[in-house]
Amino acid sequence: MGPLEERITRKIQEQLSPTRFEVINESHLHAGHQGGAMDGTGETHFRVRVIAASFTGMSRVDRHRALNELLADELAGGVHALALEPAAPSENVRW
Amino acid sequence: MSGIKDFIDQEVKANDVVLFMKGTPGFPQCGFSGQVVQILDYLGVDYKGVNVLADDEIRQGIKEYSNWPTVPQLYVKGEFVGGCDIVREMFQAGELQGHFEEKGVSVKGAA
Repeated sequence: MGPLEERITRKIQEQLSPTRFEVINESHLHAGHQGGAMDGTGETHFRVRVIAASFTGMSRVDRHRALNELLADELAGGVHALALEPAAPSENVRW
Repeated sequence: MSGIKDFIDQEVKANDVVLFMKGTPGFPQCGFSGQVVQILDYLGVDYKGVNVLADDEIRQGIKEYSNWPTVPQLYVKGEFVGGCDIVREMFQAGELQGHFEEKGVSVKGAA
């Protein structure tokens, strides 16, 4: 696990008290992106899946805002794309 | 920066459906932007695509405009709807079409 993935994982664990979550480095799926500047071995693209009670009653946009704010430093410092799949415990997810 | 904010504001308010994206609807340059283009085309919605790669000021400005750090961004009738994940989730849940209809945007519908 790279340092960015580690930080993202720790922040979600500590700040959101998730019932379940996954941080997936998808950088390899984007190798050659942007004229080859991204070779796919780095930490540029992440998918973050989180089930947390705090998302209950929040709109989709607000859930994304909460995650984007939590991970603002990572987005500013190297993470090029962040796919987000937030859910409340009562909702069905496919993962 | 206020000049660019005015420009974005005008685009968002002058067009019923606006997609700020990387590349153009005919040639998206990012998979996430491309997914939203596919969904809008599938639903048969008329929209304006604004290529943020064409202008660094727009690329930065759009992030501040809605306090949303990523592109693509979809706006309907002046309101921010979401990025790729949200648009896809709404589409898969069957909510996106209803959202357009609710806002009075015609959906020609391939469906």
